[in-house]
Amino acid sequence: MSTPKTMFEKVWATHEVVPESADTPAVIFIDLHLTHEVTSPQAFALLRKNNLRVRRPDLTFATMDHATPTRTEQVFGGAPITIDSAAKQIRQLEENCAAFGVELLGLQDSRRGIVHIIGPELGLTQPGHTIVCGDSHTSTHGAFGALAFGIGTTEVGHVFATQCLLQKKAKTFEIDVRGRLSVGVTPKDLILAIIGKVGVSGGTGHVFEYRGEAIRAMSMEQRMTVCNMSIEAGARAGMIAPDETTFAYLEGKARAPRGGAWTAALERWKSLPTDVGAKFDRSVTIDAAALEPMITYGTNPGMVVPISGNIPDRKGDPVFDAAMKYMGLNAGEPIRNAPVNVVFVGSCTNGRLSDLRAAAKILAGRKVAQGVHMLIVPGSQEVKREAEAEGLDRIFAAAGAEWRESGCSMCLGMNGDTVPKGEYAVSTSNRNFEGRQGVGARTLLASPETAAASAICGRVTDPRELLNG
Amino acid sequence: MDPIKKFRSRTVVMPSTNIDTDQIIPGRFLTTTTKEGLGLQLFADWRYDAAGQPKPDFILNKPEAAGCQILVAGRNIGCGSSREHAPWALCDYGFRAVISTEIADIFRNNSLKNGLLPIVVDQASHDWLLAHPGAELEIDLEAQQVRLPEGRSASFTIEPFARYCLLNGVDELGFLLSKDSDIARYEARRPA
Repeated sequence: MSTPKTMFEKVWATHEVVPESADTPAVIFIDLHLTHEVTSPQAFALLRKNNLRVRRPDLTFATMDHATPTRTEQVFGGAPITIDSAAKQIRQLEENCAAFGVELLGLQDSRRGIVHIIGPELGLTQPGHTIVCGDSHTSTHGAFGALAFGIGTTEVGHVFATQCLLQKKAKTFEIDVRGRLSVGVTPKDLILAIIGKVGVSGGTGHVFEYRGEAIRAMSMEQRMTVCNMSIEAGARAGMIAPDETTFAYLEGKARAPRGGAWTAALERWKSLPTDVGAKFDRSVTIDAAALEPMITYGTNPGMVVPISGNIPDRKGDPVFDAAMKYMGLNAGEPIRNAPVNVVFVGSCTNGRLSDLRAAAKILAGRKVAQGVHMLIVPGSQEVKREAEAEGLDRIFAAAGAEWRESGCSMCLGMNGDTVPKGEYAVSTSNRNFEGRQGVGARTLLASPETAAASAICGRVTDPRELLNG
Repeated sequence: MDPIKKFRSRTVVMPSTNIDTDQIIPGRFLTTTTKEGLGLQLFADWRYDAAGQPKPDFILNKPEAAGCQILVAGRNIGCGSSREHAPWALCDYGFRAVISTEIADIFRNNSLKNGLLPIVVDQASHDWLLAHPGAELEIDLEAQQVRLPEGRSASFTIEPFARYCLLNGVDELGFLLSKDSDIARYEARRPA
């Protein structure tokens, strides 16, 4: 009998074009290369400089999401894009994709959206695949049992030219989530708790595999939220074994296999899960049932507390002191009732239909507090259409929230959707770094439920208070 | 890329831990379509005030930082976004090495591809470097040694192939392109 293998090891083994040697890393084949406007221009320039073509345009797929406007009049109405350099970057992606024969879902395409939302929506994201993108949240696609990770622009150029990457094999790290999440506690709370436990560099050099009862019980959208933030714990990739939930999600998707190809794919996919007895290099266990809604208080995603808890008191630790100064919060105080000026629901972490439904459930029949600006940005145009078909947009409008076209938007503020200096934003995105959502912006990361509840109350609020009411 | 063998420089010390790539180059500067000129925006939000004037107490604005090619950073530099603009900005500014006790994976890879040496040293050497800003070091890539004053030294590891590329001034793309027939054979046997 062969040695039991982890899912990561299985996917790695089937993608080795040239194995690792003492002198050279492995050459790994990439099944799907996603690309967007921000991290591709210099890679296309590399192709031009070396007179190279895109080797596999059929495995390469482009969209625009980071620098794109979210105002309808700018996306569809011909109103000019406010930031000239963003407009230029968008045009350059159009020109590059045309010149190199890469399929592009452009600004007005009905299937456009955040690259990590549309890959799964279209069925491009499949179990057992290697998936890369010049974007660290490529880890999202690991929810399907794919090995998916972010790369830099030089590597984007390598994949364009050869459909391969030079890679050193990562170590494996099991995250075993025992028990079930309680009512009002979400996958976002779980991943924030995991990052708090592992630390922001705890996963460096490793690929996570999320396992256990709570993970198995999750929908694909929920699993994507978990895998999305693997990179915030330092792990380039996070994987979840494919199962019936995965197959049911993918069946019938536009780019998923059909007919005989579907049957053959299913057979391959079912062999992917980690074998019984396989060894991980590291392992941690999390008790899902013990968790409550989580929220960050500092300037990295590992600075996180349960919503009923207090900001820790680590005065004297320079990282902590700098974070408190930047955030304008005080050591030892409750995080509940902290001030809120802006609420952002969206991003590749929490911009899917189920996230919008969760926010709508709390917003329905209520009003966003006076003085709070709430921005809700669907992750894709498909999510937008589905949300509108259910009337979620009307719930948001009645509550006084703004509803936009899809994109990365206020997660990183590249398109001008920013949080004003010094203001507090409860955000469903993935990074609370200094200045991430705008110069001087103060970000508190949380679930869509917590974000919506905080918007209603105008201060940091435990969503379970409103869910019960 | 020019070959890198050995160089000497003084250090700039930024002791903060977890310096993420959003700090190294804030997102609003990522709408560029080239690699050039990003050194001006390096650490922009720490370096300049709201009016765009240099903040006098930020290390890169102090006279002693001028010409320093080695950045000594607190633990875990380069976490967060995969933006290669971070090493581009560091290189454009003039840095040739970043030293810490932990360096995030994607930033490390991106740095190697741009001739910026990501150097992980032991805790004692790091402590010494943090306590001695402006120290003159010699970085010897061939020997994988950082030579500190007073006869001290610290060893580091750069994986063999990346080191070969840096020492010889060649990029990894040439190697990948040379594997064309292996790639074609793989493509022929891979499931559709």
